[in-house]
Amino acid sequence: MKADPKQVHVSKEYAHGAPLINCRFDPKAQHVFATAQDRAIIRWTLADGKKTEFKAHDSWVRGLAFSPDGETLVSAGYDDTLVWWPANAGKPTPIRQIKAHAGWIRAIASSPDGRLLASGGNDRILKLWNLGNGKLVNEMKGHELDIYSVMFHPDGKHLLSGDLMGHVRQWEIATGKEVRRFEAKDLHTYNTGQKVHYGGVRSLALSADQKHLIAGGLHKGTNPLGAVNEPLIMRFDWESQKVLKKHIADGVKGVIWRNVIHPDGFVIGCSGGSGGGYLLFWQAKEDKAFHKFKLPDTAREMDLHPDGTTLATVHGNSKLALSKLAPKPEPEKKK
Amino acid sequence: MNCDYACASAEHEIARRQFLGGLAAGTGAVVGGLGSLTAPEALANLAKDQKRMIVIRLAGGLSQLESWDPKPNTDTGGPFRAIPTSVPGIHISELLPYTAKQMHHLAIVRSINTKNGDHGKGNYMMLHGRRQTPGQNLPEIGAVVAKGLDNESISLPGHIKVTSSGSGGRNNDASYLGPKYASVSLGGGKPPAYTERPKNVSETAEAQQNLFRRLANDRFAQRRRTAETDAYVQSYEQAQELMRQREVFDLSKESKKDQERYGPHEFGKHCLLARRLIEKGITYVQVQHSNYDTHNENFEFHFEQLGEFDRPFATLMADLADRGLLKHTLVVVLSEFGRTPKINPRYGRDHWGTAWSVCLGGVGIQSGAAYGKTNKNGTAVSEDEVDAGHLFATYLEALGMRWKGRFNIGGRKVLMSDPSTPPIKELLT
Repeated sequence: MKADPKQVHVSKEYAHGAPLINCRFDPKAQHVFATAQDRAIIRWTLADGKKTEFKAHDSWVRGLAFSPDGETLVSAGYDDTLVWWPANAGKPTPIRQIKAHAGWIRAIASSPDGRLLASGGNDRILKLWNLGNGKLVNEMKGHELDIYSVMFHPDGKHLLSGDLMGHVRQWEIATGKEVRRFEAKDLHTYNTGQKVHYGGVRSLALSADQKHLIAGGLHKGTNPLGAVNEPLIMRFDWESQKVLKKHIADGVKGVIWRNVIHPDGFVIGCSGGSGGGYLLFWQAKEDKAFHKFKLPDTAREMDLHPDGTTLATVHGNSKLALSKLAPKPEPEKKK
Repeated sequence: MNCDYACASAEHEIARRQFLGGLAAGTGAVVGGLGSLTAPEALANLAKDQKRMIVIRLAGGLSQLESWDPKPNTDTGGPFRAIPTSVPGIHISELLPYTAKQMHHLAIVRSINTKNGDHGKGNYMMLHGRRQTPGQNLPEIGAVVAKGLDNESISLPGHIKVTSSGSGGRNNDASYLGPKYASVSLGGGKPPAYTERPKNVSETAEAQQNLFRRLANDRFAQRRRTAETDAYVQSYEQAQELMRQREVFDLSKESKKDQERYGPHEFGKHCLLARRLIEKGITYVQVQHSNYDTHNENFEFHFEQLGEFDRPFATLMADLADRGLLKHTLVVVLSEFGRTPKINPRYGRDHWGTAWSVCLGGVGIQSGAAYGKTNKNGTAVSEDEVDAGHLFATYLEALGMRWKGRFNIGGRKVLMSDPSTPPIKELLT
């Protein structure tokens, strides 16, 4: 089924007892996972909606990543800890817990070949781990402010990390050296009145042809403490590193918590903030969104189902919403 | 209006006569001011025993849950954990690891209910000890303390505010206590504005100008002395002292090591400046740190702001203790209110005056005390509720000023604090 963003609609909701923070589909799309303010990880089985909780963290869980076979889940918490889990277990208990950073871990990603796990956060150090045994492989230093996002390049040789300053650093995995830097400075602001840094590279994604890199976050952050800002996704040419496009959403008050590039080429951004929650859709060559869909509550994260037709979003109202990129089914007629 | 001194104590009368007499002498050899009239040994004794106060004002409303009253693992607790402190049984947020090590010098009040969620009203209440009412104009705590602990041997202003921004200058916050006790702002921690002698005015010319001004003032005062002319003379002489003692505000005079210990950022410098000012005999120093009004991404911003606050504040407390200054100095960390236990959809916390905290320590305060309690998830005070008036009275008592004391303003006795809100006895030594 071809995705049709203009027909997007919420098709299902799952409820938890606390506001939700993050969500991911597992690689085989058997489940959708979420994390919550009660420190739990929740697994909903898509076939029947069965809910299972994973509890081990001593703080909120921000990052979720899977081994490519979907058997292992790694969670990253604001308790500085990485936890390895059997993703499909009936009564999941941790396989391994590692005090991995000095401070919040904000982002993790697993490598496409399943060998490595990358993690980054408030200690500004990017760390590489052996996904199989949890051993530390390398540490990469250089970020001036907190690391907000990490992503492996599909070539298997490079890793990208984005930070609060709006820098995206490209690292060579074999040597641990920074080889290039993308400047997404529009995504950072320092408010001299409130004396705070704000924004950051909240999400990274690469186009299927690997020619474009996108980095999402916010701009127009005139009042950071009051959530007065608008979503922004910056599109870079991978080779030249030039900014090709700034995808904006005039009038929407929010931040891009996650951006993905759909296999069909359009960009999907999940925005949450004082203006509520939105799914925003842009064509590669357009600065303005060609469609925006208001979600039932402000959004905090998003993931795209491997089949490309369903989006999961999590919300402050404690619900996970599944939105279909397809026309609403006709209501069944009463017999 | 004839001159009526606010506090009609004999000491004030004597000191003021000395002051005016000194001006009348008009030697011109030294630009006047009180400092030049007092023997160095007397100064040293006064400085040793003189009580002082530092207020750290965390503007915008510090979250009590991310600081003094953490509630981890509750629906309101947020992501941060609680850590033990140097006082067994007292835990504070993990965002304050350095402060936690100084808790034996500090006390926490966790049961404040000011019933207010407005910035302006909250600030007023916390700095005046009473609610703002129409037509009422009260002096701020800094003016009350500067007046009540007035040290005539110190010729510099007794009431100084170190702010993040602004050009500095005199403020209008002393009300009926008069301009002498109004604060001088140090915008960005810089010395008061216009305290450098203009380059085109020579030292001799300046001395001659001052001599002429004094002679004219004295002649005028012989027949037409009023509170206004006294205030004018006082302000002018204080300004002269600011010019003469400009290095009091010069942080470069502090050792490189100390500058490193307090850190390179603004708040660190301002804490070091507070220490310097207190050591130089300033009675009241207020340092502001901005901004905690975190309706959005409360946890990120508290991580950032308290990350700046923690180490310099802990360093200040340790230094005050090591140097013996904490025996004479009251330190208070306050905001205009706290923040909502409920976390809003933008990971923010909103205004909340119903159940929140302040931290204080030093002279007159029971070290290591935790007064009052909130319920399990911090939504209400469960024990020993207090409001801004109780805190205000506690500060006065801790400083050795009677909370029911009165100022004599033009023959009218004016209470220093609200008589309906007594001090928190359990917090006082």
